[in-house]
Amino acid sequence: MRARSQRLIMVAVAAVVLAMATGLALIALRDAIVLFYSPSEVVAAHPGIGERIRIGGLVEDGSVERPADGGADFTVTDGAATIRVVYAGSLPDLFREGQGVVVEGAFIASGEFEASTVLAKHDETYMPPEVAQALRESGVWQGEGEQ
Amino acid sequence: MIAEIGRFLVALAFALSALQLLAGWRAASAGSTPAMQIAARSAYTALAAAVIAFGLLIILFLQSDFSVAYVAGHSHVDKPLFYKIAAAWGGHEGSMLLWCVMLVAIGAALARFALKQDEQLKNRAVSIQGGLQLLFLGFLAFASNPFDRLLDVPLQGAGLNPILQDPALAIHPPTLYIGYVGLSAAFSLAVAGLIEGRGGRAIATALRPWSLFAWTALTGGIALGAWWAYYELGWGGWWFWDPVENASFMPWLIAAALIHSAIATEKSGNFAGWTAFLAIMAFSLSTMGAFLVRSGVLTSVHAFALDPERGLWILGIMTILAGGGLTLFALRSGKLGNGDGFALTSREAFIGVNNLLLAAVAGTVLFGTLYPLIMSAFGVSGISVGAAYFNATATPFLAALLIFLPFAPFLPWKKDGFNRRLALRSALWILPGVLAGLWAFLIDASPVAIAAAAFAGWTLAGVVTDLWHHRVLQGAAACFSLTGRILAHAGVVAMALGAVADSTGRPETVRALAEGEQIGIPGFTLTLDGVRRADGRNYLADEARIVVENGRVSELLPQRRFYTAADTTTREVAIQSGFGGDLYVALGEPRARDDGEIAYEVRVSFNPMVWLLGLGALLIVLGGLSASIGRALNGRRAGMMP
Repeated sequence: MRARSQRLIMVAVAAVVLAMATGLALIALRDAIVLFYSPSEVVAAHPGIGERIRIGGLVEDGSVERPADGGADFTVTDGAATIRVVYAGSLPDLFREGQGVVVEGAFIASGEFEASTVLAKHDETYMPPEVAQALRESGVWQGEGEQ
Repeated sequence: MIAEIGRFLVALAFALSALQLLAGWRAASAGSTPAMQIAARSAYTALAAAVIAFGLLIILFLQSDFSVAYVAGHSHVDKPLFYKIAAAWGGHEGSMLLWCVMLVAIGAALARFALKQDEQLKNRAVSIQGGLQLLFLGFLAFASNPFDRLLDVPLQGAGLNPILQDPALAIHPPTLYIGYVGLSAAFSLAVAGLIEGRGGRAIATALRPWSLFAWTALTGGIALGAWWAYYELGWGGWWFWDPVENASFMPWLIAAALIHSAIATEKSGNFAGWTAFLAIMAFSLSTMGAFLVRSGVLTSVHAFALDPERGLWILGIMTILAGGGLTLFALRSGKLGNGDGFALTSREAFIGVNNLLLAAVAGTVLFGTLYPLIMSAFGVSGISVGAAYFNATATPFLAALLIFLPFAPFLPWKKDGFNRRLALRSALWILPGVLAGLWAFLIDASPVAIAAAAFAGWTLAGVVTDLWHHRVLQGAAACFSLTGRILAHAGVVAMALGAVADSTGRPETVRALAEGEQIGIPGFTLTLDGVRRADGRNYLADEARIVVENGRVSELLPQRRFYTAADTTTREVAIQSGFGGDLYVALGEPRARDDGEIAYEVRVSFNPMVWLLGLGALLIVLGGLSASIGRALNGRRAGMMP
């Protein structure tokens, strides 16, 4: 085969793969993007029931309840607003009252937030960046962790 | 005093790297033998300094010298001996020192073993590697020195994050780092080749063994990390498309593409520019991984000491590497040559498709991982990209790879090779493909997973045919190379089938149980028989005795541990492995019921055929090692090392 037409085929195949990858990425991205809200933003924006979002803030002191048959309920706060979260899974080991948490899930008809994932860290050097920003905006916390 | 010596040795390694950079450059430019000797000796001495510094850090941990900030932050007097040693690389500063030790070791290995027949190229590569050492040792010395002292000396130490107290930790980061840092050799050789204006073939020959070895180590490191998340962290899964995991997956994909394209470039000069480009990208992506893991710009489930200032340092280093490397590539790639050309059904064409698909996966993973950062640059903050994105984009391309894989070993270089014999042979692969697809259908896999399983069955038959067809190969080197290829490709098949089986797993069941109560999942009934204390040296623990019934009776003993020094709880999962899969049980928090009875949270899941994933990773690593040995034997016969 001539070098020219060979190069042309290579470029054409690469272009097809690139187009497929781009198309697939853009379609998949539409369904997979999860927006982050602070509790105050949730109150202002009213995300719809069933819409998948992340909420981050502090676990309110004394708010954690553990139902007799499993799971855990707790309140996430940024000082200005609070959201009640119900969670059927097993809380992560690093989950603590008064410390940062990010929950992913959706609101259910009862007005509570049903979490499918709870991300928690209590390393003193770590605060999830979104949580740090949310807390700074509500004036609860002026710590480090600037981006 | 030990800390001061360590600090001095880090500075010494830094200075020697500068000498290595300058002397190596001079040796390459002027062909000066004394300069070459200075460069090589600098590299060896820097290695000795870095290794001794690392040894001193371990001694500081053994002595529990809490006047050193890093030791105080990551150890404790009560820590078991083994984990005091492992803690040396359990945090940011220590792991950065380990990274530098390996970088310097690669520099010394390049000076000692690389390119006996082309000293000019070798000296240039040693010099470039010296530059890399300078960047990372500078970062270590000035922004994350593990030998920094504390003014107020604590009595106890904070203790390493207890989830890191696990045998896998002792080997997971070092293996991963050999992989990440090993790719620096490919980077240095490619950059040196571009500077020297060498042809693509020479560069590919030079960097092949290093990339192969690095990729093998990277595979092992990633697999150990996945195993650790599954087994020790009790996450119930092995891969979550978390930014930190993606950070290791991208260089892995690019290195996998590199080890294939470098073969084609070496054989026929084709893909010369692409091979050099991949070599530059692989180490740049490794560095980007380090940046993502340590800077905290993305919310990750993996804990690490996070500090934005350090992130900026690594970002700066990455910009120098990728920016400098790609600029050089743009200026000099014309010298790489065009290669011999190849036909549409030659082996090169199939390697080209393999590379396109691997690059497509790497590209979509890169885009999804960085998308939150891209959007925040446009003022839209707080976006995260879910696992659904990565599953939807990566799976089709990875499955497509399997369609083309079995043909390549039967095709000749350059010439068309798809003839009647190969067509008949490939017809034999259809039946195993159909059977594998049927198996996936019967275990309720999704349509994409069924297709992936069918392609995996097809590929497995192809790999077996490859072994049968080439069994008559002569010579130890050829045998090791063939064995490597067969094992690695079989490993890819096992991984694919394992992923298909895993995708049919049900979500975990969580229930709080009091003594005598039961929890059921399909095929199993679990009864909480009792909970007793099972304290260890530096933790308090509850251990549940759970009786499992599935035709026969057995028991599992999951634990929940509280590490007093670190004020942290962890769970030790209990796993009952079988051919069909793992029964996976974790013990959660206790709670008092209204009647005063105490119920313990129990988490149960059944993970189908997880062993396939472990087997796949093992086969790939063994394949990589076997191919490396074949490569070394081949090189020795041709009069070059390794």
